[in-house]
Amino acid sequence: MALPATVEGVPAVSGQVPLGIARTWARRLGRLAESTPALVGAGIIAFWATVAVLAPAIAPYAPNANNLAALANPAPSSAHWLGTDQLGRDILSRILWGARTVLTVAPLAVLGAAILGSLLGLTAGYFRGWIDLVIARVCDIVLSFPVIILYMIILAHFGSSAFNIIGVLTLTKAPIIARIVRGLTLELREREYVAAAKMRGESALYVMLVEILPNARGPLIVDMCLRTGYNVVIIGALGFLGIGLPPPDPDWGGMVKDTYGMMSVWPHMALFPCAAISSLVIGFNLLAVGLREIGLRD
Amino acid sequence: MTDAPILALQDVRISYFSRTGEANVIPRLSFELARGEAMGLVGESGCGKSTVALAIVRYLGRAGRVVGGRILFEGRDVAALTEGELRAMRGRRIAMVYQDPMASLNPVMTVGRQLMEVPMIHEGIGERAARARALAMLAEVKLPDGEKLLERYPHQLSGGQQQRIVIAMALIAEPALLIMDEPTTGLDVTVEAAVLDLVRELRQRHEMSVLFISHNLGTVVRVCDRIGVMYAGELLEEGSIRQVFANPRHPYTRALLDCLPSLDRDKRHAPLVPIPGQVAAAVARPSGCGFAARCVHVEPGRCTTQAIPSVPVTGERGHRVQCIRAAELPRWERRRTAAVVATEVSTARMALTVTGLRKRYGQRGGLFGAGRASVQALNGVNLTAAKGQTLAIVGESGCGKTTLAKILIGLETASEGRVELEGHEVGSVRVEARPAAVKRAVQMVFQNPDSTLNPSHTVGYAVGRALRRLRGLAGSGAANEVAHLLEVVRLPPELAGRKPHQLSGGQKQRVAIARALAGNPDVIVADEPVSALDVSVQASILNLLNEIQAERDATLIFISHDLSVVRYLADHVAVMYLGTVVELGHVADVFAPPFHPYTEALLSAVPVPDPEGQGIRIVLEGALPSATEVPRGCPFSTRCPRRIGAICDETPPPDQPLAGGHYISCHIPAEELARLQSAGAGARE
Repeated sequence: MALPATVEGVPAVSGQVPLGIARTWARRLGRLAESTPALVGAGIIAFWATVAVLAPAIAPYAPNANNLAALANPAPSSAHWLGTDQLGRDILSRILWGARTVLTVAPLAVLGAAILGSLLGLTAGYFRGWIDLVIARVCDIVLSFPVIILYMIILAHFGSSAFNIIGVLTLTKAPIIARIVRGLTLELREREYVAAAKMRGESALYVMLVEILPNARGPLIVDMCLRTGYNVVIIGALGFLGIGLPPPDPDWGGMVKDTYGMMSVWPHMALFPCAAISSLVIGFNLLAVGLREIGLRD
Repeated sequence: MTDAPILALQDVRISYFSRTGEANVIPRLSFELARGEAMGLVGESGCGKSTVALAIVRYLGRAGRVVGGRILFEGRDVAALTEGELRAMRGRRIAMVYQDPMASLNPVMTVGRQLMEVPMIHEGIGERAARARALAMLAEVKLPDGEKLLERYPHQLSGGQQQRIVIAMALIAEPALLIMDEPTTGLDVTVEAAVLDLVRELRQRHEMSVLFISHNLGTVVRVCDRIGVMYAGELLEEGSIRQVFANPRHPYTRALLDCLPSLDRDKRHAPLVPIPGQVAAAVARPSGCGFAARCVHVEPGRCTTQAIPSVPVTGERGHRVQCIRAAELPRWERRRTAAVVATEVSTARMALTVTGLRKRYGQRGGLFGAGRASVQALNGVNLTAAKGQTLAIVGESGCGKTTLAKILIGLETASEGRVELEGHEVGSVRVEARPAAVKRAVQMVFQNPDSTLNPSHTVGYAVGRALRRLRGLAGSGAANEVAHLLEVVRLPPELAGRKPHQLSGGQKQRVAIARALAGNPDVIVADEPVSALDVSVQASILNLLNEIQAERDATLIFISHDLSVVRYLADHVAVMYLGTVVELGHVADVFAPPFHPYTEALLSAVPVPDPEGQGIRIVLEGALPSATEVPRGCPFSTRCPRRIGAICDETPPPDQPLAGGHYISCHIPAEELARLQSAGAGARE
């Protein structure tokens, strides 16, 4: 989100920032400890983030390396802790590498949706009238489509890549965020400090970005957390439908798709990637629950 | 009264527990309430009044706990009751009425259901009997049309009606004790007066005890026999109303009386004396007297080292005070204003001239707007404000005073009429379209301290930004000016780095004033700037506004529903009713006969914090007419106690000019009004 202090070159009055930005953030992170769900959720996410960063160093095998010898018995063993898949690739290594893509695509898509959705929601809620009507109807149209069909159409047309998946998720999730921000804006625009800003002649853009948006951040951040979790599920589903990230790069959903046919014989091939998806989603959900809990306490 | 008290608190100690530890909000509190007696508990917010009320019905929640002493209700320890006994006590023996009636009523149930539920659950009586009881109760709380009212939902009633329903719900079980927590705080002054009279009457008829919690000394005087003054969880003074008001012994009681504006106080003759500082946090309780840090009579050592005992006042039975110096202090004198002589209306330049101002809402056609009735918020307002003077606009909610303010500052535009501000016509110009000079010239101080400052921005940013936009100041020049403005509103410069949530209500309002001053405005519009503040803080903000206005020779447009505050601060007063100005003039003229009948009714409704000064109340019948159907003749004709006939309903009244630019908009000749009202005022003295 745009930091308020950077818009329109606001004067930096001395003594304005008593705590450094770093210390402010340290204090905010410290508050996570107030809620057990937030702490557990943040822990799970931190685990996967660490794994994603360190994947090249800690993965025992290259993600696409075939071990033909393991094809005979792909079950978990001391050489392959989580076993190998139908092509003899190490499942642990593929999950570790897969974390990188999912943890890049899901948050970026949410960030895109938050930026686009906030701008739409602020504009609709602040100006109201016909602008609100147009934005609300466009959002309704997007939201009324069955999303999976929409993904299939768009990705089939433009081709499947990380960039296109981010784009598609941004476009389909922005209307939901726009609705939330619009609701908050309708309430916040009536605050007296907004009237005070208008009375000193501030532009509409300033009022929206500096006076209103920062005060909408609480519910927005909670929602972004929740939505990142949902995005992890959707990316999995896209992979499962075969329109996720192009093979052979590891993709958790794709790993399930390739191996679920062998579920009755070798369940581990599909179950471990499924567990990875679930744990990450639960992590984001717990963090969202915890943040809401902390927010309600203020 | 010889029988045992209905309620007795014995050395009660209450704490709230949180992650950071124990906060002891009530260190040690004892008092008794006799059967049939009404006792008022007064004090600033945060002094523990509501905590006491909740503790009596054992409703403190998970965090709060009575950690010492006993609360005896009808001789039984409340803490020892079982859940079932507790439920029976809460429903049948003790009833509570809270501040916000809408929060006490269930919005999805009819009023009748909610009323009938009480005896049906607690006494197990049938539906028919319960309905009869409910109807009888509605008649008792003076709500006409009971049958119809039973079928209504709470949102279909006015605030005054809602509070009457809540009182009816409380009384229908015929409780022995009624606890009222700020029951009239959100109501208009005329409605408040009617509700207070009702409470007084009902408690006498039902021989009920009342514990009446309020921050307003005037309302306590109207209802109670005895009063307890609380501060920081301690009862500093207690006694009969007459004892405490005639001879207040505790410095805090005196300070409360000295900072209270009233109808006989005026900024020139009896300035308000604010109480310095603020209530200390419960975790930082000092040894000795809790009030010592703010007390003008404090004697370091004696007051601050030992626990202060509560001692009886010699010669006054039942009057107790918890002050070590109580016996040494001189007798307290009520400050009164000598009759103010109206100063000639100066020929000074007018800062603001409003002519024929009208504002209609909801008349825009559009796709879904068709057929909507238009609301006439302002209906031909004429007024002027002289440069360097304070014009107060007073009236009850819905009279259009806030709409007028919004047009002045350009958040709304007029439907008709002119607003001339420092030589510019601004009535139909929104603030975005106003020239920079006009934007700078008029600034506003808002009502709600919690919404006036952006919670995401520091104080320094809020004031600095206003300086940059209105005066083009930036960098170190702006920083110096921020510090200077904070000094003007008596705030330490360190506050520039704080965010609003770190400030008290009074501090926030001071920052808002500093922000309004940033552009050196010629006209400051203040819309109820003190109505959300404690009396002690209110006094200091009023004095600050007064000083600033005088020093800067700015025009202050002060909008308020509180006539005592208006009396104190204003030079000129405009009384508004239903979108028109019914009386306008110098403050001394408006507050002396002849009055407009509406002004007269408003004045008689003001709670007076003086047991000797209680007058005859003029009760306004009915509710404010809806602004969609403004009466054709005089707007006040539907409720006017001095209505003279059909002329009032049919013909708009003339503006009768009187001496000194004073005018009254009424059909009754001014001499006649003066004669009628002097007779009434005689009875009031």
